[in-house]
Amino acid sequence: MENTSKRYWKGVEELRNDATFVKNANSEFSNVNSADDLLGGSNTQRRDFLKAMGFSIAAVSLAACEAPVRKAIPYLNKPEFTFPSISDYYASTYVEGGDYASILVETREGRPIKIEGNPASSITKGGTTARVQASVLSLYDIDKLKGPKKGEADADWATVDREIISQLNAVAGRNGAIRIVTSTVLSPSTKAVVAEFAAKYPTAQHIMYDASSAFGIVQANQASFGKAVIPSYDFSKAKTIVSIGADFLGTWVAPLEFAKPYAQTRKLSATKKEMSRHYQFETILSMTGSNADYRGTYKPSQEGLVAAALYNKVAAKLGGSPISAPAVDIRYLDKAAEDLIAARGSALVVAGSNDPNVQIVVNALNSLLGSYGTTIDINTPINYRQGNDVQMNAFIDAAKAGQVQAVLFFGANPVYDHPRGAELAQALPKVQLSVSFADRAEETASLCKFITPAPHFLESWGDAEPKAGFYSLMQPTITNIFKTRQFESSLLTWAGKSGDFAAFLKGFWRTNMFPKAGGGSFESFWVKALNDGVFEPAKGVAATGASFNAASLASAASAVASRYKAANDGIELAIYETVALGTGSSANNPWLQELPDPVSKACWDNYAAISQRTASELGLEQGDLVNVTVDGKPAIEVPVLVQPGQADKTVAVAIGYGREKAGKAANGVGKSVYPLVSVANGYVVFAGVSAKVEKSSGKREIAQTQTHDTVMGRHAVLQESVLGEYKKNPKAGRHEPKVVTSEGVTDATNITLWHGYGKPNHSWGMVIDLNSCIGCGACVVGCNAENNIQVVGRDEVIMRREMHWMRIDRYYSSDADVESMGMIAGFQALEVASENPEVTFQPMLCQHCTNAPCETVCPVLATTHSTEGLNQMTYNRCVGTRYCANNCPYKVRRFNWFKYFDNDNFDYHFNNDLGKMVINPDVTVRSRGVIEKCSFCVQRIQEGKLTAKKERRRLLPDEVQTACAQACPTDAITFGDMNNPESSISKILASEEQGRAFHVLEEINVRPQISYLTKIRNKDAEPKKEAKEAKKEEHA
Amino acid sequence: MSHITSPVRTPLVTGGKTYADVTEDVSRQVEGRPTREWTIAFTISVIVLIYGAACVFWTWWEGLGVWGLNKTVGWAWDITNFVWWVGIGHAGTLISAILLLFRQKWRTAVNRAAEAMTIFAVICAASFILMHMGRPWLALWALPLPNTFGSLWVNFKSPLVWDVFAISTYFTVSLVFWYIGLVPDLATIRDRAKSKVSRYIYGAFSLGWNGSAKTWARYEYISLILAGLSTPLVLSVHTIVSFDFATSVIPGWHTTIFPPYFVAGAIFSGFAMVQNLMLIIRVVFKLEDYITFEHIESMNKVITLTGSIVGVAYLTEFFIAWYSGVEFESYAFINRATGPYWWAYWAMMTCNVISPQLFWSRAIRRSVVWTFVLSVVVNIGMWFERFVIIVTSLHRDYLPSSWAMFHPTLFDISDYIFSFGLFFTLFLLFSKFLPVVNMAEVKTVIKSSSETLPKSVSGVAKGERVTKPAFNKDAE
Repeated sequence: MENTSKRYWKGVEELRNDATFVKNANSEFSNVNSADDLLGGSNTQRRDFLKAMGFSIAAVSLAACEAPVRKAIPYLNKPEFTFPSISDYYASTYVEGGDYASILVETREGRPIKIEGNPASSITKGGTTARVQASVLSLYDIDKLKGPKKGEADADWATVDREIISQLNAVAGRNGAIRIVTSTVLSPSTKAVVAEFAAKYPTAQHIMYDASSAFGIVQANQASFGKAVIPSYDFSKAKTIVSIGADFLGTWVAPLEFAKPYAQTRKLSATKKEMSRHYQFETILSMTGSNADYRGTYKPSQEGLVAAALYNKVAAKLGGSPISAPAVDIRYLDKAAEDLIAARGSALVVAGSNDPNVQIVVNALNSLLGSYGTTIDINTPINYRQGNDVQMNAFIDAAKAGQVQAVLFFGANPVYDHPRGAELAQALPKVQLSVSFADRAEETASLCKFITPAPHFLESWGDAEPKAGFYSLMQPTITNIFKTRQFESSLLTWAGKSGDFAAFLKGFWRTNMFPKAGGGSFESFWVKALNDGVFEPAKGVAATGASFNAASLASAASAVASRYKAANDGIELAIYETVALGTGSSANNPWLQELPDPVSKACWDNYAAISQRTASELGLEQGDLVNVTVDGKPAIEVPVLVQPGQADKTVAVAIGYGREKAGKAANGVGKSVYPLVSVANGYVVFAGVSAKVEKSSGKREIAQTQTHDTVMGRHAVLQESVLGEYKKNPKAGRHEPKVVTSEGVTDATNITLWHGYGKPNHSWGMVIDLNSCIGCGACVVGCNAENNIQVVGRDEVIMRREMHWMRIDRYYSSDADVESMGMIAGFQALEVASENPEVTFQPMLCQHCTNAPCETVCPVLATTHSTEGLNQMTYNRCVGTRYCANNCPYKVRRFNWFKYFDNDNFDYHFNNDLGKMVINPDVTVRSRGVIEKCSFCVQRIQEGKLTAKKERRRLLPDEVQTACAQACPTDAITFGDMNNPESSISKILASEEQGRAFHVLEEINVRPQISYLTKIRNKDAEPKKEAKEAKKEEHA
Repeated sequence: MSHITSPVRTPLVTGGKTYADVTEDVSRQVEGRPTREWTIAFTISVIVLIYGAACVFWTWWEGLGVWGLNKTVGWAWDITNFVWWVGIGHAGTLISAILLLFRQKWRTAVNRAAEAMTIFAVICAASFILMHMGRPWLALWALPLPNTFGSLWVNFKSPLVWDVFAISTYFTVSLVFWYIGLVPDLATIRDRAKSKVSRYIYGAFSLGWNGSAKTWARYEYISLILAGLSTPLVLSVHTIVSFDFATSVIPGWHTTIFPPYFVAGAIFSGFAMVQNLMLIIRVVFKLEDYITFEHIESMNKVITLTGSIVGVAYLTEFFIAWYSGVEFESYAFINRATGPYWWAYWAMMTCNVISPQLFWSRAIRRSVVWTFVLSVVVNIGMWFERFVIIVTSLHRDYLPSSWAMFHPTLFDISDYIFSFGLFFTLFLLFSKFLPVVNMAEVKTVIKSSSETLPKSVSGVAKGERVTKPAFNKDAE
């Protein structure tokens, strides 16, 4: 480089380069004597000054903002593999009574915040139910006991142990009866513990009972096949399904296991144009009945005859021996018989009755149809309901007679949920030693002498065997929150063994499960089993047949013929379980209380469901309080809910309500109907009791999240057809709006003022298959858990202010013929549901419209569009004009009417520190005055994108799942990136775009990111409808 | 201002008033002690205001959940009241601006009170804008203010932002217009004032008015300019308010007819409110000679005209709903007339379309009682019109699953009552401390429009003149 001699100088001093200049050349203020002068003469340097200033500013500002830091203790020693803000997942097992799910527990900094299904399980296959989703909140229930109790007083474990052991020894010494009363125990190791206990105290006997009993099935199989079990049912192989009063998708035995295979048979695609046909005969309109293609109703007193009639109809064709029973006239029964015969070998009949005789008839029917070995496998029984009604009944008798000297209740609350609970409540004080392992002082526990609370399943070790040869492990995901101890540990301690149940469990698996694993080291087997959550040695074993013992049929038939009546004029009571609350054991879970019933859309109450006709006959209206009385039993006062589709002259009331000692959320919600349940021949009978319904004074409004029942003939909202039509034209039932322009007829969506949004990277979308949505509400609770959605309570639901981001709209069909009635009368008629309506479930959430009406109207840009097709909501910016909510055609935006958290008016889990532990830290808890809505779980999208970025890759297809899609037990919801051709959603849309896929309200051209697939029923097209369709075609 | 008026025109001032009489009659309430009627009315208003303010405070403190709104019906009484008050606020500017441009002399007697009413009504309307927000303390975010959030700005696509501009502009211009009109009268009162305090206050507000020809000329100019400015505002404000609905997708809201229909409705209700107020004022303040049957009749004619326009609009909506073939739109209108809120619809139809037609009868048109009653009826009808548009459209929109009913709570009602308390408190303060009739302008029409013109129009003031008139300084 050329050396230029040109040089610039700062001043003459530099040019002259005199001594003083050289001396100060490197100091900053060369023209002053020293920095000290500048700073007032002291010996301070500039840097010191800055330091001092920085410190004082920091000190002042620290002193000024004294943020309340509450118990935020950093890790002293950070656990390996635990990172703040990164979730860990543990495989575990959900067990609640006999209900089971294999789960993955999401934990955040050591606290479980969300439960997902475990896809590794071949039983639940990654599905969940609403109750499984909600169970994480029960972990943080403030109403639970903080430690053991002796009577009313708090006690410590050592004292309790000492006293109980001495009393047990005394009882055993007297040879007094010890009874361990539990609900169904799915765990083989728990049973081994009970056996250990019984070895120490030989007078101990284990009694299992189920509040919702299936003992009749067990007994029937004992009679028919010599096996006292419930067989496994494979709905996926069934082409014709007939259910007689079994709500197998909602509450019957194992809905979670049945739902996915059932939905498989209902799914349709370009390559699968066949679906099962489902007949449902029932008294109430159950969730399962809502999904049926054909539905008939009967009164409970006819139930056995329905099974007998169906048997006779089939037997007549297939050469079975007929049974003599009065004939009943039930709609679609003949058709069901025909279809069953046609589908011989792939037919399945299930019945919900707890009467073994009815179940024997059903067994005979299934046997005749060749279901054993195909759709039913009695050699691989399921264990969900092991309760023995007769034993339980005998126990209560014994307790009343003072023959029981010690009783232990685990997972059982018979005072509340057994029909003879009141008798037991009187007998309990007579028992010398009564111990409950309940987590709260509930109805039974509060009468016990000791309460030794067992922890929540998320705090426990354990295992389960839901089906013979299918094992599942349960591991704690948090240390015990309160001073609780597992039932098994207590039992082992009292049996004089080591109370370390974890070690016992491991040992049990070493001796019992490990041999089935086929080699390897136990440690690696154990780690793998813990990691997978399941161990399924029986997986893949083909179903085998069984020979039906024909001798059992004759006596069963005569019992059926004598017990059931073809016609009964009086009003009958049908008692049923709801999908949300079940038997009421987790009634104190506000998420479940606020989950609307799939069919009636009511929550926070039970009610007397009465058909439209019966209601008008009795002069009753929705909300009227009535007294429902059964002979000799105290009346219960509940409001009336007019339920289309229910059998006439019946009144249905749900169990699971009317808790008195369950906690704040549950106490006093609804009325308990267990006292109205009857016990016949030792069997608990929910249905078939004559009842009286008398109008009492006053009204009680029922909290419903949906009050308008029909879709008002709006094809833009709900598009449906029947299978025959669909086979002819995959677009059957589609509503394709057209407009006339100067250039001819064109799609309504072709005309627009909008320029659209570029979605260069991802385009998040969703497809919801109306054919496989069964309406169960798992997605709703899953969304609640993931997105910290507020529970608002009964009064606010009545005000129509529930906060659910995801809801399931339920529509009944209407018989109204608008064309002949004229507009005004026609619309009024359309508001009334049919007597036996077709039901459609339509999950509804933010549609993430591309041309979103909400976005244009927000004055402050609080809701905006992302480049990934998301309609975003910025809570901080929202000023709460609610214009967006008004302008939302789908009405999915929710407004925070109050400050819901830390508010005594909303005393649910957001009102206490324990309940707040369930909060998902990735999602803001919304404050008062802002709008909120479905975000497509944007926190999960963001997390997925960050993970992919960290690993320097693109997102995999289907890597990110929304909470609702993940919770869905039937895979009705598919979420994914529509820009990625490999994702499931792209594949579905590619084949369904010219088929079943439609947008709700397509003609307003908001271009949602959510598509629905038309509802196709496997029905014969009705002639009347066909004619109507043809007429329409002509018009078009 | 004063120009030739045809002798066939009916007189606007009766009773042979002189200029001095005008001053005397109008200034009397300002200068005298509060009358008993005024005191009673004011006490009631303040009590209502205090009760209402307590309810509004609680609404603000607790959250909007105290109202009866729900997930489906996100606006009800709040926006109904807002639109209603804004509508009422239309008459003042219309009277003072458009009628000024059209040289309608009868406006002189009523414009002052009408303008005051406008201002107070717009304040009431604005209170509902604030009240209906979930987080009213952040209302400033609706203004395009520079901020530290980066490029965060208001959404100029949102009709609510247009509302903010439209209403604030309207309020500002109306206030200025009203105040400018007050200046000569304030000077009159200043000149007659006996106490130092009132002389000082009225003096300060009269901006040194000296009554010179130049001042008068400027006054006339500015009035004309402001009239010109306000005229488009009269039309624009309610047009923009109607955009809140018209630009949405909700059936029953999404209608291009809304702007003219809303403007007509606004003038309709505004005149009805002016009638109510003026009929009371003319009796209580004994101004029968200034607010004559002529005025009442003219305003009733406007009410009949605008009521008929509104009626035609209602029918047109139904026709379009049927003609468009849009099922949601058709249903929305059938639901209005026959659905669960049918009573609101028919209340609206009866009050707004049928009742003003009674004014075709001259006897009714010139009857104080009929006018008063029908004006109240019209304002009830116009409230229902907004309720019908807002609530019955929202409560049953696209998806039947969300259909819901709205039931008002105590706070919906009380917060509405609050606005009455506020309005009447302000109006009573106005009527006590400011001249309710524009003395200066009435004097300009005495010569041409007095029924029995006295020989000497100037007359002699009955009151004692305390100070030397300011305008006479030059004479000294």
